[in-house]
Amino acid sequence: MKKFDLKELLVNNVVTIIFVVICAVSIPISGYSPSYLISEVITRISRNSFLVLSLLIPVMAGMGMNFGMTLGAMAGQIGLIYACDWNVVGIPGMVLAAIISTPISIILGYLCGEILNRARGREMVTSYIIGFFMNGVYQFFVLYLMGSIIPIASQSLILPRGYGVRNTVNLIGMRKSLDTLIDLRIGGVQIPIATFIVIAIFCVFFLWFKRTKLGQDMRAVGQNNEIARDAGIKVEKTRILSIVLSTVFAGYGMIIYLQNIGTLNTYNSHSQIGTFSIAALLVGGASVDKANIRNVFLGIILFHLMFVIAPLVGKNLIGQAQLGEYFRVFVSYAVITLALVLYEMRKRRAAKLALMEEA
Amino acid sequence: MGLDTASLDSAMLKTKIQGLVKSFGLPRLIIALFLLLLFIIAPFAGLNFFTGLSDTFNRFGMNAVLVLAMVPMIHSGCGLNFGLPLGIISGLLGATLSLEFEFTGMASFLMAIVFSTPFAVILGYGYGVLLNKVKGGEMMIATYVGFSSVAFMCMMWLLLPYDNPSMVWGFSGEGLRTTISLEGAYSGILMNFLSLEIGHLKIPFGMFLFFALLAFLVWGFLKTKTGTAMTAVGSNPVFATASGVSVDKMRTLSVVMSTWLGAVGIIVYQQSFGFIQLYMSPFYMALPAVSAILLGGASVNKASITNVVIGTFLFQGILTMTPSVMNGLIQTDVSEVIRIIVSNGMILYALTRKQEATR
Repeated sequence: MKKFDLKELLVNNVVTIIFVVICAVSIPISGYSPSYLISEVITRISRNSFLVLSLLIPVMAGMGMNFGMTLGAMAGQIGLIYACDWNVVGIPGMVLAAIISTPISIILGYLCGEILNRARGREMVTSYIIGFFMNGVYQFFVLYLMGSIIPIASQSLILPRGYGVRNTVNLIGMRKSLDTLIDLRIGGVQIPIATFIVIAIFCVFFLWFKRTKLGQDMRAVGQNNEIARDAGIKVEKTRILSIVLSTVFAGYGMIIYLQNIGTLNTYNSHSQIGTFSIAALLVGGASVDKANIRNVFLGIILFHLMFVIAPLVGKNLIGQAQLGEYFRVFVSYAVITLALVLYEMRKRRAAKLALMEEA
Repeated sequence: MGLDTASLDSAMLKTKIQGLVKSFGLPRLIIALFLLLLFIIAPFAGLNFFTGLSDTFNRFGMNAVLVLAMVPMIHSGCGLNFGLPLGIISGLLGATLSLEFEFTGMASFLMAIVFSTPFAVILGYGYGVLLNKVKGGEMMIATYVGFSSVAFMCMMWLLLPYDNPSMVWGFSGEGLRTTISLEGAYSGILMNFLSLEIGHLKIPFGMFLFFALLAFLVWGFLKTKTGTAMTAVGSNPVFATASGVSVDKMRTLSVVMSTWLGAVGIIVYQQSFGFIQLYMSPFYMALPAVSAILLGGASVNKASITNVVIGTFLFQGILTMTPSVMNGLIQTDVSEVIRIIVSNGMILYALTRKQEATR
């Protein structure tokens, strides 16, 4: 019955295959040296993995791609703002930021999960709008309340008008503090070992979590809400928990991401994180109802390779770097579109097949 | 005895009011009261009541057609048209072509609509066919179809062989500018047509008439046999199939209509704004239109022309009044935050309403 089907394999992995082709064609055109590309990819893996990994848990619980991960990113940013404000630098600063972000993430994640429970069957579009909505709330807090009602000690963080956090917060004291904690260089390429260790711990945690009672419950809920309910699983609670966990980890992921970048764009850093993380995961061969660790890393490598080389390819082909930049934006959105369309079509085909078998 | 009837009357009044609130929708009531409050306190903020009203009217005329573009798709059950940018792109193509052929005055406005029509039909048809393949997941996919097409067109604006010097970048002679002035073309062509001025109050009857014409066409269409069939497809696809209506065909037709209205909508918007905005500008244009129609009392699968009118007026009213009133009162411009929270909050409210969850 289950024979090797080449066509099926191609269709299921079409997004990944397209990306492999794009990268294979563009690398020679870009003219970047292999060592540069390798070091870039290593940086990007260390920067983004934690964020993308945070998406896995809701997929397991059948809630699709968690566009609401931006909520976690906002919580992480608030943590960083306070770490900066209290002048705690280096690893302690990151830990402090993580500690501050956790309760905020939990509250936001709980809210998000509650709302998503009321929007069954359209979780993704709802979580996407929640991201926008919370962005408004975040702006209200950070741009208007911080420094006026919520105390901020350091004047250098506050806008000249007297309240609201500046557009950019310099994380100089924290910059690459995790990446360079264990200093290792191979052929001039700096390897962020400590960051990789943190990511590895998260991967191990995820694998362990899948086997716990809660993890099993989530998978059961993801497969079929009703059957899970009959088995005595609290479906609503489990779904909320999956979003809370994802939000909390997204917050930590954002802190890792920003310590690598070194500056926090207070009002922009989080806005694109969801799209790019989700695009990367989908490029790695994940779908709305199935995603694993392999998808995360393959996706980040392919997606960010394209991201690095696109401007130069545009310049070398047409003479306009701008074109390459638009191209990579187009590809990130097109990838999500394609993956979503394929998923919906597969779902419909499966439903039709089930109906035929019943008849 | 008398006391009894009085208490009975008051009880009846109470249920009546409750019923009224329910039919009007609580969020809509809150927003309407908020807007009313804004108009009342406007004079205390040093703002002329009539100037505020005129601005609101103007922005109503500017945006109403874009909101109207939601109606056909909601009727046929395709959900909220988050893919509005696709229609906007057709409109942009029509507008730039009209300028490229150097039409002026009223002719340029009409030709922009004429040129955009084939694009709207072709793109809308493709979009409709795609949405038919992903029934149930339309909204998320629509969002990303919109995004991808905007990003794709960013590349096209750079590459397409336009050569009207008023539109292309001066120094390179190729690639369209980000904003193109409509001076001499159709800038203000509807806005100043039949515009009535009484003191500070300015009523743009030309724009109102144009919107009324389109709204009447949509309303009339929905009353025809095809229109009724479309509504049937939206409210009960199984029943519609049983009575011999082709569900897919009706849905595609509705998407083509929505896309065309989006194209006309952006051209009307431009004539009032005075500029064509290209590149990333259509990106988030769907969200205000979506929340406006929801604010007007529409739901994910029900919408009327009245919803469009009320919704656009309320939404644009808030958008116009909050910045000036807030600025005048507390010297702080929180209007952007209010806009984000109100518009996305409205969408969230619609997505989570119980009766729609089981469509």
